[in-house]
Amino acid sequence: MNVVGMGEQMALEKIVFKNLDIPEMTELKTYEEHGGYKQWKKVMQDKVDRTELIDTVKASGLRGRGGAGFPTGLKWSFVPQDNPKPKYLLCNADESEPGTFKDREILEKTPHQLIEGVLLGAYAIGANTAYIYLRGEFVKGWKMVEHALAQAREAGYIGKNVMGSGFDVEVWTHRGAGAYICGEETAMINSLEGLRGEPRLKPPFPAVEGFYRSPTIVNNVETLATVPKIIENGPEWYTQWGTEKSRGTKLWSVCGHVERPGVYEVPLGYPMKKFFEEELGGCWKGRKLKGVIPGGSSVPFMLPDEFLDCDMDYENIAAHGSMLGSGGMIVFDETACLMEAATVLATFYAHESCGQCTPCREGCGWVLRQLKDIESGQPQPMAKEILFDVFDQIFGNTICPLGDSIVMPIKAMMEKVPEEFEYYIREGKSMVTGKTRLAHLAKPDKPENYRRGEAFKYPRAEDFTTDFDKVVHNVERGPEPMFTKLQHEESTEKGDSPYAREQKK
Amino acid sequence: MAYQLSAENQERVKEIATHYPHPMSGILPALHIVMAETGWVSRDACDHVAELLDVPKIKVYEALTFYTYFPQKPVGKYHIQFCHNIACNLRGAEDLIQHLKDKHNIQEDQVTEDGLFCLHRVECLGACGGGPMMQVNDDYYEDLDTEKLDQLIEGFKKSASNGKS
Repeated sequence: MNVVGMGEQMALEKIVFKNLDIPEMTELKTYEEHGGYKQWKKVMQDKVDRTELIDTVKASGLRGRGGAGFPTGLKWSFVPQDNPKPKYLLCNADESEPGTFKDREILEKTPHQLIEGVLLGAYAIGANTAYIYLRGEFVKGWKMVEHALAQAREAGYIGKNVMGSGFDVEVWTHRGAGAYICGEETAMINSLEGLRGEPRLKPPFPAVEGFYRSPTIVNNVETLATVPKIIENGPEWYTQWGTEKSRGTKLWSVCGHVERPGVYEVPLGYPMKKFFEEELGGCWKGRKLKGVIPGGSSVPFMLPDEFLDCDMDYENIAAHGSMLGSGGMIVFDETACLMEAATVLATFYAHESCGQCTPCREGCGWVLRQLKDIESGQPQPMAKEILFDVFDQIFGNTICPLGDSIVMPIKAMMEKVPEEFEYYIREGKSMVTGKTRLAHLAKPDKPENYRRGEAFKYPRAEDFTTDFDKVVHNVERGPEPMFTKLQHEESTEKGDSPYAREQKK
Repeated sequence: MAYQLSAENQERVKEIATHYPHPMSGILPALHIVMAETGWVSRDACDHVAELLDVPKIKVYEALTFYTYFPQKPVGKYHIQFCHNIACNLRGAEDLIQHLKDKHNIQEDQVTEDGLFCLHRVECLGACGGGPMMQVNDDYYEDLDTEKLDQLIEGFKKSASNGKS
């Protein structure tokens, strides 16, 4: 394990996000007492060079914490400074990934830290306007941020000619309205323009052409809230945690069948087993672990062996067949029915697909229908094959990663625990609970044996016939059906079709 | 008489539109203001918003129908949005939704006869650590079980009747 300088630190204490544990951090006074807005003051008063700020962030190795893990400093440096158009910073607080709830914590408990990060980021890319796009449901978080913004405005941290530096900056909040897809950066930009939240084709990347075709940088809440601490303590301070490629710390939100769910700050590269057993207290009620989705619902499912073996950084989790994503860990214990989990996930993605590109719009519906049919005890014939086929059609063929997101967790579940799915298809009930969860959706007019796919037979050559005589002789009479399916009553014996008879002659 | 926002809110909509380079961006904030005022968004309200912001009506309809946060029908006084996504599901959300239906006779996608409650299943609300959870109007209620749910519902009923008298 190549963890750099983790030292003797045993119990996990919050490092970058110490403020989360301090009461009344939503007030400007408390935040300033703990060193808040010092960096912003310093940057404004000393008129620190933009490139210097970007270089500091680059040197810290900070990577985007929203899911993709793109280096933040590098992203900032993509903004073309010779472009005469106004530049914009957009803070992505549209946290909707199932299993992820770290940003909400920051918004509600330490909004000033986020705002300082937004201000620093805006200055670094030369933006005079920044927007914080919050998901509509976070009413409390929105109120907290608005409250903090009002205080910061009053204190002169936001506004025209901030602290006599000649730099104007304004920060506004913008509320989304329940669309998961708006967490994708180009969809968020569309949504901010008042349009439907449909992702755009890239390139051009938002850093070149984004909000109203101006250069726009989209950063996650956690990323921006980390920036003030990096500027304060220097990049070396931040790189003392983590591995070579994944520097620093990361907020993990843990939920599902786990003893102590919640938000944890963990140095990247921390051993997963240790984290799971010591910090989280293992599975709920001392049950056995069945598997984990480690990075928000869109990443592949992991079996206990893979999961407990890996370290908590981008590369190591990828090497174990999954992704770190947004750090939203969903734990399944032995009582969880994966079939049900798959349907629940598919319901989510089918609901949230924006409907723009076909593989995702249709594919999510296909996946959901197949899974629902299995769960109602009436699977389509070849349900499993159809599912894998649809997965292949969706994966990598969509504009944004939402299509991939439905494929990765469900496909991994079906590949890694196939027996559960096969049992459900064969027996019509769950291997874990012994129940048919969606029995009320079963269609009574379907035959009894439909469930096991017995009613389905591959069509044989003799099931079809081409009555060539008719076709040839009745051309004038207009088109006749070329292929007529024979009634089984008519040809009781196999191979007793007119076509076969013709052959025999 | 077609629907109109209060004069104060009309000013707010116009003020918010100045935060952006183009008034189109003001559509979502304006719909949020409409929803805060009436609890839902009607077609009339859309026309009104389009007029206020001076944008095509179709753009407002588009936004309304794309974003699921805005109900397009009147909702109950207490709009219950129950999360049924994976984290809450693992911790027993389905049982609690069934409990609401059976014991309190609050059915999905319907307003109760007294106009107090309506129940909608929603996707992840970003509070997975406190699952099962629900949102009632603007507030989150986390770590629910049947007992807590009963208490909450009774509490809502009580405060509603106090408000009336």
